[in-house]
Amino acid sequence: MSKTDKKLVIFSDIDVEKALKSALQKSRPDLINEVRDSGLKGRGGAGFPTAVKWNLAAAAQGDRKFVICNADEGEPGTFKDRLLLTDYADQLVAGMVLAGYAVGAKEGIIYLRAEYAYIRKDLEATLEKMRGKKLLGKKIAGKDNFEFDVHIHMGSGAYICGEETALIESLEGHRGEPRNRPPFPVTVGYLGCPTSVNNVETFITVLHIVEKGAKWFKSYGTEKSTGTKLFSVSGDCDKPGVYELPMGISIKKLLETVGGEDAKAVQVGGASGTCVPRKDFDRVIAYEDVSTGGSIIVFGPFRDMLEVAVNFMEFFCDESCGQCTPCRLGTETLLEGLDMLDEGKCSLKYLRELCSLGETMQVSSKCGLGQSAPNAFLSIVENFKSEIFDSRCTCR
Amino acid sequence: MLASERDQLKAEIFKMAKKHDQHRSGLIPVLQHVQNVSRHISPEAMQDIAEAFKIHPVEVQGVVSFYSFLSTEKKGKFIVRLCRTISCDMAGKEAVANQLENELGIEFGETTDDGMFTLEFTNCLGMCDQGPAMLVNEDIHTKVTPETVADIIDNYRNRFGAHVTQGEHA
Repeated sequence: MSKTDKKLVIFSDIDVEKALKSALQKSRPDLINEVRDSGLKGRGGAGFPTAVKWNLAAAAQGDRKFVICNADEGEPGTFKDRLLLTDYADQLVAGMVLAGYAVGAKEGIIYLRAEYAYIRKDLEATLEKMRGKKLLGKKIAGKDNFEFDVHIHMGSGAYICGEETALIESLEGHRGEPRNRPPFPVTVGYLGCPTSVNNVETFITVLHIVEKGAKWFKSYGTEKSTGTKLFSVSGDCDKPGVYELPMGISIKKLLETVGGEDAKAVQVGGASGTCVPRKDFDRVIAYEDVSTGGSIIVFGPFRDMLEVAVNFMEFFCDESCGQCTPCRLGTETLLEGLDMLDEGKCSLKYLRELCSLGETMQVSSKCGLGQSAPNAFLSIVENFKSEIFDSRCTCR
Repeated sequence: MLASERDQLKAEIFKMAKKHDQHRSGLIPVLQHVQNVSRHISPEAMQDIAEAFKIHPVEVQGVVSFYSFLSTEKKGKFIVRLCRTISCDMAGKEAVANQLENELGIEFGETTDDGMFTLEFTNCLGMCDQGPAMLVNEDIHTKVTPETVADIIDNYRNRFGAHVTQGEHA
C-alpha cells in the first residue's frame, strides 16, 4: 500500500479525542458554518456540498434523525474507503459523532458492504473502545444533552445500494431500488425520518476541517473544488495504491506521481466515470472538470479499449437494479452493440444509434447508475473509434 | 430439510425477528443469518421468515433474489468469489479463473459434489491495487496467481474439515 509522502489533510496527524471534544464545544451553527466555509463537497462521488446537506437535515422536523455512513464502496477501482475503515476507523466514528451533533441525530449507522465483512470485527472493537472513552453513548464529552451511538449494518452484495435512497431501502429491509427524489433523505430518509447519508471520507475530512480550520483546508485545491481528495489508483502503473492529492491536479501530474506516464488512457471515476485519452491529460481532476469519487484506473499503451468497455458494460448489466427501463434495457443493448463491434459486425449507422441510446439513458434513467452507465461506452467509442474498427476488421 | 431442523431454524428466525420488534428493517439481518447457517434460503425458510415479519412470502423472495450474497440454491461450505472487474481482469484474473476451475473440477456458478466449494464471479472487491483478488467466505486473498490457487483451496479443505458452517471461522 503506497501513500503519498506528504500528509496533507486526511492523512495529517490528529488527536481524535481532543479534536472531537473541542469540536463539540462549538455551537451547532458554528460547526456547520465551519464546514460550509471550507467548501467541502461529498467525497463519495456526487459532490453535493456537505454543509448544505447537514443544514437541511438539521432544519428538518422530526423527533428522530439518523446519520448514515455510506461504506458501500463498490465503484470499480475504488478502495480508499477500505483503507479508511481499516486504519482510520476512530476518525470516521468521530466524524459521525460531529454529524450527529450538527444535525441533531442520536443514531448512526455504518452501512458496510458484504465484501468488507472481514473489517467488521475491528470496526466493532473501535466502537466499543470509543464507548469506553465516553466518545459514544450518553453525555458525550460531558455534554448533558447530547447522546449518539453507532451500529453496523451489513450489506448483501449490491452495487446500487451505494446510491443513498437505495441504501435506505436496503436498510429498511427492501430490495435496493432507488426512490424518487424529492423528497430527499434529509427530510424523508430512513424510517421516514430526516437522514444525512455521507461517505466515509467525508466524515473524516470534516473532523480535520473542524479541528484545523476551513482556511487551512482551502489552502489546498481549486476555488470550486477545495481541499484534498483520496485517489484509489490501480491498473497499468508502477505504484498503485491510495494517494492523497490536492483537488485540481492534472491527470498528467497524477500519472507522474504513480508511475504511469506511458498510459494511453485513464478511467477517472470508475465504471460510471469518464475515459480520458492521452491527448486530454492536461485536464484536471476537480468537480468543475473531470470529477471522481476517487477511482483512477490507468490503461497502458497495449490495452484493448474495447475489452475495457465490455468489462464495464457487463458490470452495469449485472448491477442494474432493473427498476427503470432505460437502464435495464439500455445496458443490455449497449453490451450487445459492443459484442457486435468485437465481431467486426457493427455498422457506423448502428453505432450512432447506440450512442444516441446512451445519451437517452443519461437523461431518462431514474438514478445515478443508469444515468452514468453509458459514460464509459460513449467516451471509449468517441476516443478510440478508429482503434476499435481497425483491430476488428473482418475483410481478410 | 428434516422437520426438526426446520423447527430449530424457525425458532431462531422468530427469536431474531422479535429482537427487531418484527420490524421490516430486521429482515435482511435474518436472511443473512439463515444464509449463513443453512447455506441457502429455502422456500420453507422464506415462508417462516414471512410469518415472523407478518409479510407475504413473495416479499421475502423479492429481497432474496435481489442481493448477490443471498441465494435460494444451496451453496458450498466455502464460497470462492473471484473479482472479475477491470483492474483484477487486467492483473490476470482469467488465468486464475481457469486454474480455479481445474483445481475444483467445476465451472463458475457450480458447487462441488461434496458440497465443499462454490465457485462464483463477483464485482469489484475493493482490492484493485492488489489484484487479482478473491474472497473465500469472508476472507480476502490478494495477488492470487494460478500457482497459489491450489494452496489456498487445499488450506480450506484441510484446515476446517467438513462440519464448519460459513462464517464460523472468520
